Amino acid sequence: MENEAGALSRVAGLFSARGYNIESLSVAPTEDPTLSRMTLVTSGSDEVIEQVTKQLNKLIEIVKVIDLSDGNHIERELMLVKVKAVGVDRDEIKRLADIFRGCIIDVTDKSYTIEVTGTSSKLDAFLEAIDNSAVLETVRTGASGIGRGDWVLKV
Amino acid sequence: MNEELTGAEITIRCLQAEGVDCIFGYPGGAVLFIYDELFKQDKVRHILVRHEQAAVHAADGYARSSNKVGVALVTSGPGVTNAVTGIATAYMDSIPMVVISGQVPTNAIGLDAFQEVDTVGITRPCVKHNFLVNDISELANTIKKAFYIAATGRPGPVLVDIPKDVTQQKMTFTYPEKISMRSYNPVIRGNLKQVKKAVELILSAKRPVVYTGGGVILSDAAKQLTELVKMLDFPCTNTLMGLGGFPATDKQFIGMLGMHGTYEANMAMQYCDVLIAIGARFDDRVIGNPKHFYNENRKIIHIDIDPSSISKRVKVDIPIVGNVPDVLKELIKLLKSTKEDPDQTALAEWWKQIDLWRERDCLKFDRQSEIIKPQMVVEKLYEITKGDAFVTSDVGQHQMWAAQFYKFDKPRRWINSGGLGTMGFGMPAAMGVQLANPKGKVACITGEASIQMCIQELSTCKQYKLPLKIVNLNNRYMGMVRQWQEFFHGNRYAESYMDALPDFIKLAESYGHVGIRIERPEDVEGALQEAFKLKDQLVFLDFITDQTENVFPMVPGGKGLSEMILV
Repeated sequence: MENEAGALSRVAGLFSARGYNIESLSVAPTEDPTLSRMTLVTSGSDEVIEQVTKQLNKLIEIVKVIDLSDGNHIERELMLVKVKAVGVDRDEIKRLADIFRGCIIDVTDKSYTIEVTGTSSKLDAFLEAIDNSAVLETVRTGASGIGRGDWVLKV
Repeated sequence: MNEELTGAEITIRCLQAEGVDCIFGYPGGAVLFIYDELFKQDKVRHILVRHEQAAVHAADGYARSSNKVGVALVTSGPGVTNAVTGIATAYMDSIPMVVISGQVPTNAIGLDAFQEVDTVGITRPCVKHNFLVNDISELANTIKKAFYIAATGRPGPVLVDIPKDVTQQKMTFTYPEKISMRSYNPVIRGNLKQVKKAVELILSAKRPVVYTGGGVILSDAAKQLTELVKMLDFPCTNTLMGLGGFPATDKQFIGMLGMHGTYEANMAMQYCDVLIAIGARFDDRVIGNPKHFYNENRKIIHIDIDPSSISKRVKVDIPIVGNVPDVLKELIKLLKSTKEDPDQTALAEWWKQIDLWRERDCLKFDRQSEIIKPQMVVEKLYEITKGDAFVTSDVGQHQMWAAQFYKFDKPRRWINSGGLGTMGFGMPAAMGVQLANPKGKVACITGEASIQMCIQELSTCKQYKLPLKIVNLNNRYMGMVRQWQEFFHGNRYAESYMDALPDFIKLAESYGHVGIRIERPEDVEGALQEAFKLKDQLVFLDFITDQTENVFPMVPGGKGLSEMILV
């Protein structure tokens, strides 16, 4: 999409006005600063997804819409989790973070802040693995996606 | 060429460069510099309305009746919020329009300044696109884009919000001759493979129907549509927005379809085997419940410029995305080049069936009535104007009677708010129509409820000497509301009676117009004749009509088209 003020609110407005749901949305400028790339995760029947795609294409500032789930694609989301880490739990949490290939990026004597990257379901799994009462705060970026292999989305 | 101009001057120069000869507006603080520049020139005429809603409706009527882009100019804050109804009306009916709105100065935006409103935010869901011009360097380019976007593809209103300081800044003016946008490239030609498939299906049809909508009118495809339908000898029905796309007096015309469509049109839609939809969008008032939208299995061809209109409510078999006249030309060419014809025996059988449905005479009404029947007034208007008037309407029963009883043979003659259903549209739209067609006969068919929603425009009509003929079908009820209450709410007429009506005759006279009250059927024709003789006068014809009359046929909400309530 064009990297212009208001473009994001047109997308958000379209989804709310037509009753489509947004599960997550992540957007930032690309290597071409006039363009932004947005990854939006939504769900619906084939008919609904077809309409969503057509309606998005109709927005003047949208340059191109593709459904990544039509083909092979890679999807990553970043999560920062602040967890209580005292006594014996400190080691256990460190081990869990290692298993999920997470990094501890901030430490206090009472807590760790862990960075985990992966598909959204991997992040969900990490949260499930940690004792719920230990989780102090989470922040997630929403998924970003790209097609697999040599195929490239260019405008 | 290299002189420095202010933003206000640039705005007016852009309008001139776009060939705009007439705009509709209302001044205010944020647009004072623009008005100052309007004052200093005489190429762009400004029509001062009495309420911003009317400015937009008038620009809308101007656009619909002329195929030029309508232009409205309003100030910030309440100027814009008043205009929103008009913008949404134009958006729902895909009318090419540019609305220029003033905004508080850029350094005041976001500070809750006097007459500040988030115009781009408020109008976003009801425009094709909108812009906030942050810097004078973007101004000319933005206005060029606005006209381009408004008029191309599926047309629609585009709003340009200009902060007051931008109208004061100076810059060298150059108007771009062409614009190209990587993110906006409307399709023109249909996919040839799809057109070929459509030809095959058309040739195999035994019970075909051509169903056309506003897209045929907006894209000026009436000629091609008529050629196609005549060539194939297929029956043709138009939606409310599509009337005039195919001549209503032609025997192949089976009337309007939909909630208040004819028996024959609705039945043909349900029992056809090949449906050719052109510039139409299968909306709820036209096809009823999509789950009940067929009585026989059939195939659908859908031609439309907007891909999102295709398979939105009804799944179609052969979609063709393209500009309607271009696709129709291609279709006609291919049909002419094949040696085949559709099965003539089957077609004759189909016409026999349609003629049987026609015999049901679904639009009959009591012609002996001693009270004026509203249908009769529309019929007489049709006769007296020889079917050649521009007819605008408001929204309600009168709108349906106008659509059913005025036979439109030409496109762009029937101007009404189909999608949004905006009461108050009729008179201001008629002003725009009259200004676009100074020699045309313009009638506004309305009711005593609708007309009061923009009645202040009688003053504008006086100022610019617009000789409209207001045909007020006065039944002292919000008729369509009353009809639904009678059918579906146990005759409980909650708040639908129009009490404390003004004396419309005196009201018209107070503005310097002519008012005539008509209470007997035998006076209808004479009054209409007299009105049209007064060529330079607005005449307000107040017809006191039957309070109990209902619009038939009627497909109740949620039902299929064949489930009509008939007279």
